[in-house]
Amino acid sequence: MNVLMFYLFSGIILIFSLLSITTRRILRAAVYLLFVLVATSGLYFMLKYQFMAAVQLTLYAGGIVVLIIFSILLTHHITHRFKHPNLTKLLMGIGATTVGIGLVITTILSHSFKAGTAPELPVDMTVIGNQLLSTGKNGYILPFELISILLLAAMIAAIVIAKKENNKNSEI
Amino acid sequence: MTGYTYTIFIILIPLVMFLVTGLLGMKWKPIVSGILGTIGMGIAWTLSLITAGSYFFGTHGAEGFQAIIPFEIKWLQFTETLIIKMGILLDPISVMMLVVVTTISFMVHIYSLGYMKGEGGFARFYSFLSLFTFAMLGLVIATNIFQMYIFWELVGVSSFLLIGFYYQKPSAVAAAKKAFIVTRFADLGFLIGILILSFVTGTFDFAKLTEPGTTIFASAASMSFMGISAMTWAMTLMFIGGAGKSAMFPLHIWLPDAMEGPTPVSALIHAATMVVAGVFLVARMFPVIHFQAPATQEIIAYVGGFTSLFAAVIAITQYDIKRILAFSTLSQLGYMMLSLGVSGYGGEEGLGYMASMFHLFTHAMFKALLFLGAGSIIHAVHSNLMQDMGGLRKYLPITHITFLIACLAISGIPPFAGFFSKDEILVAALEHNKLLFAVEYIVAGLTAFYMFRLYFGVFWGKDQHYHHTPHESPMTMAIPLMFLAFMSIFSGFLPFHNLITSDKMGFETHTDLMVAIPSVLIGVLGIAMAWILYKKESVVPAKMAKSWGILYTATYNKFYFDEIYLFVTRKIIFNYISRPIAWFDRHIIDAFMVGIGLVTEKVSYQIKGMQSGQLQHYAFAFVAGTLAIALSMIYLLM
Amino acid sequence: MIQGIPLEHFLIVSTIMFFIGVCGFIIRRNLITMLMAIELILNSVNINFVVFNRYLYPDQLQGQFFSLFVVGIAAAEASVAIALIINIYRNMKNIEVENVNEMKY
Repeated sequence: MNVLMFYLFSGIILIFSLLSITTRRILRAAVYLLFVLVATSGLYFMLKYQFMAAVQLTLYAGGIVVLIIFSILLTHHITHRFKHPNLTKLLMGIGATTVGIGLVITTILSHSFKAGTAPELPVDMTVIGNQLLSTGKNGYILPFELISILLLAAMIAAIVIAKKENNKNSEI
Repeated sequence: MTGYTYTIFIILIPLVMFLVTGLLGMKWKPIVSGILGTIGMGIAWTLSLITAGSYFFGTHGAEGFQAIIPFEIKWLQFTETLIIKMGILLDPISVMMLVVVTTISFMVHIYSLGYMKGEGGFARFYSFLSLFTFAMLGLVIATNIFQMYIFWELVGVSSFLLIGFYYQKPSAVAAAKKAFIVTRFADLGFLIGILILSFVTGTFDFAKLTEPGTTIFASAASMSFMGISAMTWAMTLMFIGGAGKSAMFPLHIWLPDAMEGPTPVSALIHAATMVVAGVFLVARMFPVIHFQAPATQEIIAYVGGFTSLFAAVIAITQYDIKRILAFSTLSQLGYMMLSLGVSGYGGEEGLGYMASMFHLFTHAMFKALLFLGAGSIIHAVHSNLMQDMGGLRKYLPITHITFLIACLAISGIPPFAGFFSKDEILVAALEHNKLLFAVEYIVAGLTAFYMFRLYFGVFWGKDQHYHHTPHESPMTMAIPLMFLAFMSIFSGFLPFHNLITSDKMGFETHTDLMVAIPSVLIGVLGIAMAWILYKKESVVPAKMAKSWGILYTATYNKFYFDEIYLFVTRKIIFNYISRPIAWFDRHIIDAFMVGIGLVTEKVSYQIKGMQSGQLQHYAFAFVAGTLAIALSMIYLLM
Repeated sequence: MIQGIPLEHFLIVSTIMFFIGVCGFIIRRNLITMLMAIELILNSVNINFVVFNRYLYPDQLQGQFFSLFVVGIAAAEASVAIALIINIYRNMKNIEVENVNEMKY
């Protein structure tokens, strides 16, 4: 069952990610991306990281995809279709991709990973919360705070950048 | 013995006054800064007198006057042993210097209220005065040689600022630069001396350095450089620093030019306080010099003696009254140095040390008086030159009397202060070095002669045609004159031999009539000659000048020392050392750096066409590059 | 650990996904689709982190936390990127990446 689910999710991820970069309709591309992200969260569920999967669903599949769709609606007509990509770029992209995939997969297969033998840590919210805000061993308070500052900065930056400059002329 | 913690305020008040008048002085009426600075100085003066009173006349043990450190902090700690401290050291000479500095400074503060009235930058003047006083006080109470060095430089800076007070005047700017560069050059020697000394002894503290029978110099005995022992090097280099500040020959060239500053500044800095810093330094290090570096002491004696003679000779020919006084200061400083140079240590042997400090004290009083009097004259006549003056005794009665007192004091006529201190110096010199003793006799006569030449030329002689009738100075200027005249008369009776001695024990002195009577006679002789030549307008001096011919011209031009220095620096050092170095810097080092920049610019100009501006090309290049590196890492290196 | 599925399979999936993202970034002309390609890349990295965590160090949580932080950074990046895209759109009336070459030299 597990094996079946895994290949199902993997198939969804691979097919839809491929589709999302090849489709000529941008809104469809966004929806395909959504499928990829949801399937990824399915993988997380399989790995018994429920919290991670939930974050994936809400933040990625929920937040970011919605953001992207909004911006699509702001900048495109729904019926807009892309031109085909030009040939040089296509060749460049496909070339780099095939070489890269070949290289990485051969490397992965030639390397034998030693599976960890330690007992699994139950991943419940208490453990995550404690580690996220702890300063001791396995504590992540510093990156946590950094991320919060980064998010704040990004928020302010986004507002400043996207803001309409009304009084452009009056200032000059 | 911690009853002296209030001495910290003597230092802090001028500092605070400097900051307050310096920062806020622009916003007030100028006179406010002046009054504020004067009041602050008055408080510091009072505190100094209290300190001196309780230190000298309070109870002290049979050991004599012991050094007291009421306050000390660690200022910078570099390592376990290299610690720079800041503190207050009270011992006889530093307490005496406290009194000298605050007295003169207070008098100058009062005097300047009248003298500088209406000048631009009044507040600036007072803030600089406060800065100088702060620095000078910090110097005299330094507990260690490094603190002394720090304040030493600060004194140099404030002197620079005050000489260049009239910064619109090119000559003042040049004089300020000259003073700063010459003293700074000498301070290089001081710094190296400090480094050698502290390397040998491992300490900066005066208390440890001057302790009798100390063993910290044990390691110095084996050290020598070019056949001269390490301690002699250290002390000689430190003396060079002191010689620069005290304008000893051949570093004297800055002092006459420093008279470009306002006259009260000349009185405070270039007559009474800063220039004696070199003497003070030698006195401070006296046990070290005397026991560890006797050769240096010889040098000090001869440099002092030569400077006193040299300056006195030049002073005879000068016409600018402030320059005459400047050369007379040089001469008197030479006396003090000489006196230290011939002194022994302890008891009667230490007569020279005591005489030097005594003369420092009395000289500060009468020389400040002379300068302030000169300021009063200049204030009335608006000229520095003796040719523009004459017959002023009718117009400036107070200045006249006080000036006369000062002239008598410096000429060594009893019972004025100069007689006593000069007499002690002569006795000390007689006991140790007959040659220098003879030189001092000649200088005593010359001093009397040129001072009374000045006196008669200014106050007697023919009335000049003044543009407006000269008038007596205001009370603010007259009071300091009278006070200092009082001090010039009576400070000779202070029992210095009981208070300030090389080993802190008092001893009895006696006036050696065999020395005193000839010295008075020679002084009187000098005065008489001046009377004959200058009391009435006469042609004799001009004729004499002509008959001396080239010698007179050379003396008038200060033996061409400025010209020699200029020749050496401008023609030799600039042409043969600085120019090649500058050329090397500009054409080799700079060219190399510029070349790197030019190559980069050219190359980037050539290759910038490769940039398409297309984000995706860059991304492809990035990915492809990463893959290429990964491939080479995996398949080539492994 | 999941019975019957070797670690390598996860890694292969994430690798392919990663390079699909790279490919999309290189070939697409539209800034928003390029942004989506970047999301794909980040996502594949996240999978790697989580899988390594589960298979190699099941007693710790580093991988999961790193994925969390990556998600946070992705959110920040997306918001700024979209603000930029909107601004570009406002100035150029389209969001073709070929047109954004003002900073050539």
